[in-house]
Amino acid sequence: MTEAPTTPEQPAAADRDDLLVADGLQMHFPIRRGLLRRKVGAVQAVDGLSFAVKRGETLSLVGESGCGKTTTGRLLTRLLEPTAGTVTLDGRDITHLSVSQMRPLRRDIQMIFQDPYSSLNPRHTVGTIVGAPWKLQGVDPPGGVKKAVQELLELVGLNPEHYNRYPHEFSGGQRQRIGIARTLALRPKVIVADEPVSALDVSVQAQVVNLMEDLQDEFDLTYVMIAHDLSVVRHVSDRVAVMYLGKIMEIADRTALYERPTHPYTVALLSAVPIPDTNRKNKRERIRLQGDVPSPVNPPSGCRFRTRCWKAEEICAAEEPPLVAVGPGHQTACHFPENKDEVTTNPTGTA
Amino acid sequence: MSSPYLEVKNLRVHFPTDDGVVKSVDDLSFSVERGKTLGIVGESGSGKSVTSLSVMGLHKRGSAKISGEILLDGQDLVTMDPDAVRRLRGKRMAMIFQDPLSAMHPYYTVGNQIVEAYRVHNDVSKSAARAHAIDMLARVGIPNPKSRVDDYPHQFSGGMRQRAMIAMALSCDPDLLIADEPTTALDVTVQAQILDLILDLQGEFNSAVVIITHDLGVVAELADDIMVMYAGRAVEHSSAEAIFNNPQHPYTWGLLGSMPRLDRERSERLQPIPGSPPSLINVPDGCPFNPRCAYDKLNGDLSTTRRPEFRDIGGGHSIACHLPAEERARIWETEIRPKL
Repeated sequence: MTEAPTTPEQPAAADRDDLLVADGLQMHFPIRRGLLRRKVGAVQAVDGLSFAVKRGETLSLVGESGCGKTTTGRLLTRLLEPTAGTVTLDGRDITHLSVSQMRPLRRDIQMIFQDPYSSLNPRHTVGTIVGAPWKLQGVDPPGGVKKAVQELLELVGLNPEHYNRYPHEFSGGQRQRIGIARTLALRPKVIVADEPVSALDVSVQAQVVNLMEDLQDEFDLTYVMIAHDLSVVRHVSDRVAVMYLGKIMEIADRTALYERPTHPYTVALLSAVPIPDTNRKNKRERIRLQGDVPSPVNPPSGCRFRTRCWKAEEICAAEEPPLVAVGPGHQTACHFPENKDEVTTNPTGTA
Repeated sequence: MSSPYLEVKNLRVHFPTDDGVVKSVDDLSFSVERGKTLGIVGESGSGKSVTSLSVMGLHKRGSAKISGEILLDGQDLVTMDPDAVRRLRGKRMAMIFQDPLSAMHPYYTVGNQIVEAYRVHNDVSKSAARAHAIDMLARVGIPNPKSRVDDYPHQFSGGMRQRAMIAMALSCDPDLLIADEPTTALDVTVQAQILDLILDLQGEFNSAVVIITHDLGVVAELADDIMVMYAGRAVEHSSAEAIFNNPQHPYTWGLLGSMPRLDRERSERLQPIPGSPPSLINVPDGCPFNPRCAYDKLNGDLSTTRRPEFRDIGGGHSIACHLPAEERARIWETEIRPKL
């Protein structure tokens, strides 16, 4: 395992604390038509994302379907190669590494997938599935693969005796635990979790959320969590980035984002979540966005959110608002941010 | 109208299989009045959807064994001829399904599918029915309904498809509307639009609404009454206010404790329910929740030997739990509420 932290000769990592850095990340999927398969356009799934994930923290990417959060996760883990921008893992530029160059680095960055049914091979036993990372990396775990797998199963709350069972013999929550055990095999530094609990029932979801928190403490893990459930995100994250049509609209500490959201889109998203509390039923201010997210093939000019924004003015169509700081560690991309005074007059309010 | 529009009494839906009988719904009773909304909450496999499909008469009579009574405006649907039930569907009762893409026919235009349902119940010309379809699409907020009526389902976005389904379900002004996870597949902003729409249309038609979901937030916003289901049975049923402010069943406590909150930061860890829901073929003896219940030992061996009766504990609040009232009050006040 490459144990060396950020080496000084790597200029890409400005901050030693930044474990995973995306800079100007862009992914345009080409649309090809006709006999010559000429490129006629592009799906701008991710269009210029810059953010850094600090060692030991949980950064969540939230947004509606089609906002590019899953694509971002796949770019960070280099399952996709970005069309522009860079990804830096622990001080090393991994943007354009080949599959074989990337392989040794996969020990450090692993992924948990959304669907615990399709992400496990139904013909392999749990032992084979969880032990596969060692086999692929050519590593012999101390005490042998079987013992190591059983330790991992125990760690994620499964019965080690179930080593020889197949995925179909487990429930959804147990399968997600198998997926988590697999990502832990190589003791990664970063885990990118794409909707890890959205397919699970609430009672089981809470078990998996708690498990992920315990593992983070135990192994000093850094999580990039991709999720659409804003309640779960509030519970698990240290920082949250809100995405819309391939761009970051707002990024802030958890408390700042939920207590003092500045981007109208964040405000609208939060107000749309139903709260399980009948006492608050009629007291909340609701903002109802009209219509759907526009197509990422032809995103609106200027601010991408302006077509659904109630504050939009002419400047929003003409000029794209840059992501600027509105408070410590709090950035927003809006010409007319909400709660601005509160944020600037109360700069120490962030946790 | 004060008498319930839909009344379900001792409903049992059992599916015989090679592995044994799947008791999807076991002795379930509830009712809904016109203008009211009942929320049915529970995890997957708790029997929510099976219940709604039996009310709609959509189970194959050969494969499902249904007993008990389902009274729609006084008429029993369980013993009724399937053709007669079909005539009730659409006009007297309608259903919104979870997944609009698989609930709509991909070969027919959205307009055609609404027209077809409308003309079954109303003796009108094709052009009048088409005008009605356009009108319904406009009412549910489909932009440009005149041209969209000729689109196929795949040309609609997820939220628009769900709206089109609602338009279809409401095209005959049904007296009972069953919405089975109507917003589960949708993003929050679209979910909010759809929930508003269901509420508006209910106000307009004074329908009885049954909304089935696993999301306690959705029922808190929509429902007048809430029924919590576990392993095919009702475990708690009361007004929505009571479910959130004074829940009495350990399973309801577990659901509330499992949920992360949007409106406040929890200092505590989530309090999940241990284990997973039981197989409906081998439902545990006694109280079906006993293997996962933190308080079953307080009842001695009662929990594992006797099935708790679903009974009224006052104020229209019913539960199925062996715990004595003072124990429940103590646990809720001292152990559960402070951690939520």
